[in-house]
Amino acid sequence: MASTTPPLPVDLRDLRLETACALAGQAGSAIPPPGMAPAPFLQGLIDRLCDLSLKDPLTGLANRRHFQAVLDAEIDRVARSGEAALLLMLDIDHFKQVNDTHGHVAGDRVLQSVARTLAQCVRPMDTLARYGGEEFAIIMPACQAAFGKTVAERIRRAVAEAPVQIAPGTWLEVSISIGGAYAMQWIRSSPVLWTDRADHQLYLAKAAGRNRVCIEPQPDSTVSAEEKGMLFEPLYTPSDWGALGAMNHSGNAP
Amino acid sequence: MSPASPSSIPSPTVAPAGAPKGARIIAITSGKGGVGKTFVSANLAAALTRRGLRVLVLDADLGLANLDVVLNLYPKTTLHDVFTGKSALDEAVIEAPGGFSVLLAGSGMVEYSRLTPEVRTQFLNVIQTLAPRFDVILLDTGAGISDVVLFSVSLASEVIIVATPEPTSLTDAYAAIKVLAMQQKRQHVRMVINQTLRPGDGRAITGQLQQVLERFVATDSGRPLRLIHMGDIPADPTVREAVMRRQLLLLQVPGCPAALAIGQLAGKVEETMLARPA
Repeated sequence: MASTTPPLPVDLRDLRLETACALAGQAGSAIPPPGMAPAPFLQGLIDRLCDLSLKDPLTGLANRRHFQAVLDAEIDRVARSGEAALLLMLDIDHFKQVNDTHGHVAGDRVLQSVARTLAQCVRPMDTLARYGGEEFAIIMPACQAAFGKTVAERIRRAVAEAPVQIAPGTWLEVSISIGGAYAMQWIRSSPVLWTDRADHQLYLAKAAGRNRVCIEPQPDSTVSAEEKGMLFEPLYTPSDWGALGAMNHSGNAP
Repeated sequence: MSPASPSSIPSPTVAPAGAPKGARIIAITSGKGGVGKTFVSANLAAALTRRGLRVLVLDADLGLANLDVVLNLYPKTTLHDVFTGKSALDEAVIEAPGGFSVLLAGSGMVEYSRLTPEVRTQFLNVIQTLAPRFDVILLDTGAGISDVVLFSVSLASEVIIVATPEPTSLTDAYAAIKVLAMQQKRQHVRMVINQTLRPGDGRAITGQLQQVLERFVATDSGRPLRLIHMGDIPADPTVREAVMRRQLLLLQVPGCPAALAIGQLAGKVEETMLARPA
């Protein structure tokens, strides 16, 4: 609820804002123009600093801190809603070789280019983050189990089909390996365990030769209406069950 | 038979430790809570003890443990103290009425209901340490298919699912069986149907579940998961009285129908699950 007490007057000249303004300026975002009323000026500055604290400076993607916060929130949301949510861990293949052979500037170009390609592949509701080094992560809420593999495969292909220009006239083919795991539905699991599971799949993708996708098979605990129907029909009449069993065996059940 | 690999619930940080030496580890679980899982665990333990076996019941329902309530125990030391390093494991293993051993989770365990790699490691260590001293370890797991439940079930070589004939209990049992078939690659799961109204009901229900499984649940091996009916426990007003008085049915009313059924169940468990190759 909004408080009804009048706002405290703030004189900007009493605050030491040089470092904050410089930081916001460095990050390439426009500093709120001086001469603005104190409240909107401070709000603008705070917004830019928040933005800064959540972004990876090199790629402009969400940073590890932002990723963890979204992951925590998503775990709680899925535990309550039972929605399907997919976590993908993506790692650039043989990235060390790029750095060793072409230098770190080229390495940075590769990271930035892959980040741009990934950003084009995700939906606005997804959280794409630089997880660390050459590893990226994507949290995909409301991603049905049936589509996970297709989505991840499309991302893998997009990166494989977009060579990176590391110097004038020099292009590099880049590939990524992707591991994925769905959040446990209806269950309050832990972010560590979820990341572990996706990481394990990434390990499998790497071990299987790289430039591929491994997604943990989703345990399906849903019971369809058809299954329920079959489960309950003759429940309290065991004598009927023999007849039903015979029927099913003689029928063409798969 | 070897226990299902713990890696079946993906656990890259805990290496599959192989079969713990000694005790046969049996998980007792259910799809739904309140179907008599802990009641069956405690009384089955008493019945197996009476048959001369060394039995430990481990309260693996870390979130909502109530084995202490069923057994009317007020333990000074629990699994919680062991996990937090306050007590040695030996102090936490206590004797229950009925002559078997129990390791109680303790109420502080709610903080362990999220399965972290540390909890997994500690849990695995506890079981591996205790396994050589017993013939059977019954894991009284939580209900449902949370990752804590799936993990504790994955440590067991055999699974008994307790269900009642109620539709909600059967649906949840069916969902749990499906997950065990697909995620843990179980070849078979054993069924105990509690609170049956007529002789033969339990076997019919197990058959029913089997039919639906064969129709709807495909496994990697191509063979459907097999449900093995272990027995019925008839609905019996004596059970309710014993539970309310927090007494072990097998000690208090050994001749009642439910107690006799549990005695038979213990016989079948020993015969089919504990027989060792010579």
